[in-house]
Amino acid sequence: SITGACRAIQKLTRVRVVDNSALGNTPYHRPPKCIHVYNKTGVGKVGDTILLAIKGEKKKALIVGHKMPGPPMTPRFDSNNVVLIEDNGNPVGTRIKTPIPHILQQRGEFSKVLAIGRNFV
Amino acid sequence: SYRVSSDGKPAKFQPPPKPVITDKQKGREERRFLSPEFIPPRGRTDPLKFYIERKDMIQRRKVFNIPEFYVGHILAVTTADPHASEKMTRFVGICTQRGGKGLGATFVLRNVIEDQGVEICYELYNPRIQAIEVLKLEKRLDDNLMYLRDALPEYSTFDVNMKPVSRLDHEEVPVNKLQVRMKPKPWSKRWERPKYNIKGIKFELPEGKMKAAQKWSQPWLEFDMLREYDTSKIEEKIWKEVSEELRK
Repeated sequence: SITGACRAIQKLTRVRVVDNSALGNTPYHRPPKCIHVYNKTGVGKVGDTILLAIKGEKKKALIVGHKMPGPPMTPRFDSNNVVLIEDNGNPVGTRIKTPIPHILQQRGEFSKVLAIGRNFV
Repeated sequence: SYRVSSDGKPAKFQPPPKPVITDKQKGREERRFLSPEFIPPRGRTDPLKFYIERKDMIQRRKVFNIPEFYVGHILAVTTADPHASEKMTRFVGICTQRGGKGLGATFVLRNVIEDQGVEICYELYNPRIQAIEVLKLEKRLDDNLMYLRDALPEYSTFDVNMKPVSRLDHEEVPVNKLQVRMKPKPWSKRWERPKYNIKGIKFELPEGKMKAAQKWSQPWLEFDMLREYDTSKIEEKIWKEVSEELRK
């Protein structure tokens, strides 16, 4: 059975890892789920860090796009996309094929993640 | 031969009949298109508010050309983005919905890039928009194409470098009677129900399910007089006003 689609990212949402890291792409019998959102409210939007449970391990990740409609002129994706990240902010993977919103370029802490991105929306 | 008449003498030279040039475009009535955001919603607000909004909308249209488009057209929008590395971003997509009235009018463009569906809600009168080009003109069978989210991704993919298709007639906008095939259920909304009144989907559901969906039909809504909002007279007035202002 599948629960109704969640729109922004909160605890226990299943997310889709979008980079080409080994952790994100090897199949596992459970999908990667969010277990904590580093935010005052527990709701994660684009540019927030979350804690992910993948393959029995805990890993931090950056939200790159969600199903919830945001402010006008910003893109809304058809799946909740996430990029795996280390504790110091370095991305785990080496390439991000899916499109990334431009709003992330505003914050300087994600410059390394944006450098591996290919398409920007 | 034609040069010699019946009594054998050469006939006077008859010049060929002059071709009659009929300008077909002049004879036809000029097609009117009033953008839906000009029509004020039904309510008790002062019409002065809508008049002032319309003046602002017309001023913006004089500076920046907003082409005529309907739901189902394929548009390319160039926006000025302060956060982007190159200051201009271009997005190509099919228009799935048009909403809002007045200056807050919006339209949603949808495209599938690298197997990821992206939808962007643009505001028509936002000064950040630099250009709107209509790449392909075609109306669809419905007003609202939200069901494309649950359709197979091939129906929402459009080439980013697509060239604008040239328009033949200045009169009719072609209607694309495409019936879209869907992904297997569950869908985000139950599109088979009569409340959405969708004609553009090829439902491959069994007969029993289609009949069961008709249980939720509300045939009395069609005859409800309080829900009627006749906009023909309002449209006429606003059309005259807008076309006069735009000609100045």
